[in-house]
Amino acid sequence: MKGIIKKISQINFGLMSPEEIRKMSVIKIETPDTYDEDGYPIENGLMDPHLGVIDPSLRCRACGAKGGDCQGHFGSINLARPVIHVGFGDTIHKILRSSCNSCGRILLNDVEIEEYKAKIDALKENDESINDIIKEIYSVARKEKCPHCDEEQEEIKIDKPISIIEGDYKLTPSEVREKLERISDDDAYILGVNPEVARPEWMVLTVLPVPPVTVRPSITLETGERSEDDLTHKLVDILRINQRLIENMEAGAPQLIVEDLWELLQYHVTTYFDNEASGVPPARHRSGRPLKTLAQRLKGKEGRFRSNLSGKRVNFSARTVISPDPNISINEVGVPEMIAKEVTVPVHVNEWNIDELKKHIENGPDVHPGANYVIRLDGNKMRIYDETKDLILEKLEPGYIVERHLKDKDIVLFNRQPSLHRMSMMAHEVKVLPYKTFRLNLCVCPPYNADFDGDEMNMHVFQTDESRAEAKSLMRVQEHILSPRFGGPIIGAIHDHISGAYLLTRTGTEFTEEQAFQVIRKAKLPLPKRKHENWTGKELFSLLLPEKLNMHYKAEICQKCDECKLMSCEHDGYVVIEEGQLISGAMDEKAFGSFSGKILDTIMKEYGPEEARKFLDSSTDLAISGIMKAGITTSTNDEEIPEEAKERIEDHLDNAEKKVDKLVEAYENNELEALPGRSLEETLEMKIMQVLGEARDKSGEIAESYFDMTNHSVIMATTGARASMLNLTQITACVGQQSVRGGRIDRGYIERTLPHFRKNELGAKARGFVHSSYKEGLDPIEFFFHAMGGREGLVDTAIRTAQSGYMQRRLVNALQDLKVKENGLVTDNRGMVIQTMFGEDGVDPAKSDYGKAADLDKLIDEMRVKK
Amino acid sequence: MEIDKKIIDKVEKIAKKKKADFPESYIHDIADAYVRRELTDSELETLIVRVRKAYERARVEAGEAVGTVAAQSVGEPGTQMTMRTFHYAGVAELNVTLGLPRLIEIVDARKKISTPTMAIYFEDDTKEDEEFVKKLANYIGKSTVNDILKDFYINYAEMKVEAVIDEEKIKDKRLDLSEIIANIEKPFKKVVTIDGSKLTFEPAKQSLRELRLIADKVRDLQISGIKNIGKVIIRKEDEWIIHTEGSNLGDILKIDGVDKARTTTNDIHEIETVLGIEAARNAIMNEALRTLEEQGLSVDVRHIMLVADMMTSEGVVKSIGRHGISGEKSSVLARAAFEETGKHLLNASIRGEVDKLTGIIENIIIGQPIPLGTGSVGVMMKPSKTKAKTKTK
Repeated sequence: MKGIIKKISQINFGLMSPEEIRKMSVIKIETPDTYDEDGYPIENGLMDPHLGVIDPSLRCRACGAKGGDCQGHFGSINLARPVIHVGFGDTIHKILRSSCNSCGRILLNDVEIEEYKAKIDALKENDESINDIIKEIYSVARKEKCPHCDEEQEEIKIDKPISIIEGDYKLTPSEVREKLERISDDDAYILGVNPEVARPEWMVLTVLPVPPVTVRPSITLETGERSEDDLTHKLVDILRINQRLIENMEAGAPQLIVEDLWELLQYHVTTYFDNEASGVPPARHRSGRPLKTLAQRLKGKEGRFRSNLSGKRVNFSARTVISPDPNISINEVGVPEMIAKEVTVPVHVNEWNIDELKKHIENGPDVHPGANYVIRLDGNKMRIYDETKDLILEKLEPGYIVERHLKDKDIVLFNRQPSLHRMSMMAHEVKVLPYKTFRLNLCVCPPYNADFDGDEMNMHVFQTDESRAEAKSLMRVQEHILSPRFGGPIIGAIHDHISGAYLLTRTGTEFTEEQAFQVIRKAKLPLPKRKHENWTGKELFSLLLPEKLNMHYKAEICQKCDECKLMSCEHDGYVVIEEGQLISGAMDEKAFGSFSGKILDTIMKEYGPEEARKFLDSSTDLAISGIMKAGITTSTNDEEIPEEAKERIEDHLDNAEKKVDKLVEAYENNELEALPGRSLEETLEMKIMQVLGEARDKSGEIAESYFDMTNHSVIMATTGARASMLNLTQITACVGQQSVRGGRIDRGYIERTLPHFRKNELGAKARGFVHSSYKEGLDPIEFFFHAMGGREGLVDTAIRTAQSGYMQRRLVNALQDLKVKENGLVTDNRGMVIQTMFGEDGVDPAKSDYGKAADLDKLIDEMRVKK
Repeated sequence: MEIDKKIIDKVEKIAKKKKADFPESYIHDIADAYVRRELTDSELETLIVRVRKAYERARVEAGEAVGTVAAQSVGEPGTQMTMRTFHYAGVAELNVTLGLPRLIEIVDARKKISTPTMAIYFEDDTKEDEEFVKKLANYIGKSTVNDILKDFYINYAEMKVEAVIDEEKIKDKRLDLSEIIANIEKPFKKVVTIDGSKLTFEPAKQSLRELRLIADKVRDLQISGIKNIGKVIIRKEDEWIIHTEGSNLGDILKIDGVDKARTTTNDIHEIETVLGIEAARNAIMNEALRTLEEQGLSVDVRHIMLVADMMTSEGVVKSIGRHGISGEKSSVLARAAFEETGKHLLNASIRGEVDKLTGIIENIIIGQPIPLGTGSVGVMMKPSKTKAKTKTK
């Protein structure tokens, strides 16, 4: 909060030399034990207080700071014999292979050396990766005779991960180290080891740094038992073997025993660094669980990098179940009082707000607009209690910081995972409400992809004025009504909002003046003049359209008649808005639905986000009035059709099934003609699928012809509020063909789907055609096939989310550094130009009109209207 | 849609006069609207002014994180796509990978795609010529001896394979009998005896196994077709088009009568080798856009363009992922945070790499503001000259 004082400008990587390790070490660790019987750390042991302390009551012996203030200090272990660092096994092998066995020079002649050196220098100059050239050198620098001393070269092999073999003799780490020591700095440079920061022999360890206890804290279980960190366990193993090795060497033990111990030491050091190295059995805990050592701590999704450095846990956040509230604005979020009292906003006390903040302090932590903490001028944080309240109030002066409760109009960040796009995190205004769920307006469900079947969402409270300002101007919900993906609205009406608006605006809806004014009042619209007669729904809706709005389009309910009757459409399918008056047509998904709302889109683009927000908010209220006046409900009765219709459908389906039988017969008699490029079987399948598909569509059409707009299910389906006509016909007429892997069902028993059929039966029913409707009910066989199709869908979704998630991670990772420069270039962080102008015209898709900077025809129409 | 050059020049001139710095495509669109809507000159002028205003308003702002937005815009619809690998795209007879698997294939820049396919178009003078197209189709498509047999029979008694070639089928396929015979003779020199269209094969070793082996070999012998291309399907849409299973752009383009401009393949690497990196970039764009559109998902071209440009910016097609772009980042921390953490850290240490912390992830890791958007600018303040005034208040 104090702002950044220091900025890290770069990080240099390098290897540590043994001297450096010793220099930074505060103590030599020699005893393989941690604590003595009394529970005190043993001197020169792994928990030596020189290494730093965790307990705030103790002091660090090295720096004298209290636990918590001291970040810890490294110790070191002097290894009795050198061991190879696992991570470098491969590199050591490649370096030895490319250098002379006897003189240690690189196996390149002087000309080549100069050549490669120049190449590496050039690459480094340009800040480019030298990996490829080093790889090339490793493969070129393999000669049978050393160009410098003419010595024949013995082949050097590697037994992964760390055994280096020369000819038939396995080199000891000491020998490896000696060989590496002979390589000159100049040669090392060409072999990919930068002599400025690393020497090849440093890849073989003689001293092992011991991380401070803060890196490997021990935990005390409830039973009072101490449990050590995995790293400590591993270090104990290393120390133990190291001590034994020293003792044996001092006692002059036989070479064989020394070598065995040495190997064991190598094993322990190897697993200390990486417990998943191939070819090395992982070191295990007593319980059989493999230890989590250094490499495992960093690696992967749960590793340090991805879970602690790229993503961090935060304070001032809250999470709870979400539920809908159409009465709050899309910009708002309902926050339970319980949460509002827990998460706080720091406010600097000044002359102008001191009185207000005093009220907060007076309320204390338990009464809603209260405060929890006060930070004094000296930076000390004090919790507000009933007892301390008065004292704090007395001392409060400008410069103090009060951590007050969240209250209405505060800006917070609201988020739902998976955060797939930037609209998954938007800034909302707080509205403190009773009960325990977050409340959100239904229009923001599509961008968050939220529903209310138990979804939870997170809220974060901004802690600085800068962040609040930024959030308010860049992240507010109303700024995100248009999606940058396709330049159309992503926030918009759904479900009852749409059907409600339809019921309100369709021809025939009328309100008495009294009712109309109630509706207008509820929608918080400016009151119009009285006109002493009934109001139509269209007139009411026109009240929230901007005055100069002109548009006409075909609505979602458009029946796609052969000839459009335009304004006189009896289905309300042609919308005409003139000078802000809804002349004809009804509101539906095309008007203000998410992804397709045309009116919303136009208002957003021509009148800006503020107007668009007001439009959405008021239209919600109007839609509620509309839906409450008409009343909407649905049940299977909506899908009832007369007996005569059922017969027609039945006839139709029977016909289709007969047609299928005929096709099968033709196939069996070899009379079927194969389509070009298809086998006979494939042709048959395609034809049957076609016949059955048509049969379902046709029976659906029959059923549809008995439906009309008085039917609530149909209203929902045709206005685009929810469900589709297909769903309705599946309930009424025929469910249709079930499929697995894109074809009819053909799996299960040998040569048949179920034992109820003959082998190789190809008829409609035998291959998963569901003749019944949902309303009639499925017979057991149909039910089974239906479940097969349903299961495939579930498996599909599960796999898809995993796959697309990974693809998205890769895409974001690859592109995240790109930005637009002041001169319009799109560059990456190295300054490399990717595009000279974003998208070839420099237009931001989020500000465009479905991808175009301007819709020319719209502009021309407008121009002509103006005249 | 051809627009008169004069009109374009005119629009360009007015645009210049009105200080509108339009990209070429805008000039074209305006010229098109000018002709289509029969605008007067003054209308044209006002239109240009208005478009200029709209264009200036819609420009990207400096510092915008276009990369992340593009990645999200391409990635987010992925969750809504079907997994079904095969779908019939346009041609009912051909299976083509579509949906999410295809999109992943494109961003992975796979060398071997799962369903390579070509659409071969013809030049003006040949595109109506059915005979020519059919002949070519047979030349391109793979046919084996099996396709032209009238009779095939393994004579176990006399240990030989007898085959009769159907001359009618050969005619139908527009092939030449003598050529085929010569083709068959070459690999089976020692075992074949030819009598007109009747072929008899006698294996050197008299065993059943050998006999069957020879029978299979004979039937599978390819007698015509271009390498890597299997089935072909001839379709008459507005004109004759050949769709193929398998792809070999280089060889197809060498054939006379094939339209070099419109003939395409869905194999991006092939386009890269045959036509170069710019073509590959366009191919990535077209393929990705087509895949998304086929699923009914609208994604702005600019996002896909950016992905394609990123993949091809260094002159070769690189994949999105650790073997491509992400693995070649300049920052050690960025690479370590993505994948293969240990490898990158260890390598950086012996190479003595320096992380300049210019990217996004690096700055998040060390806890500094990221150099993007509001993080890429600072605030400058001129100390107020009227300091005294505010104090008196």
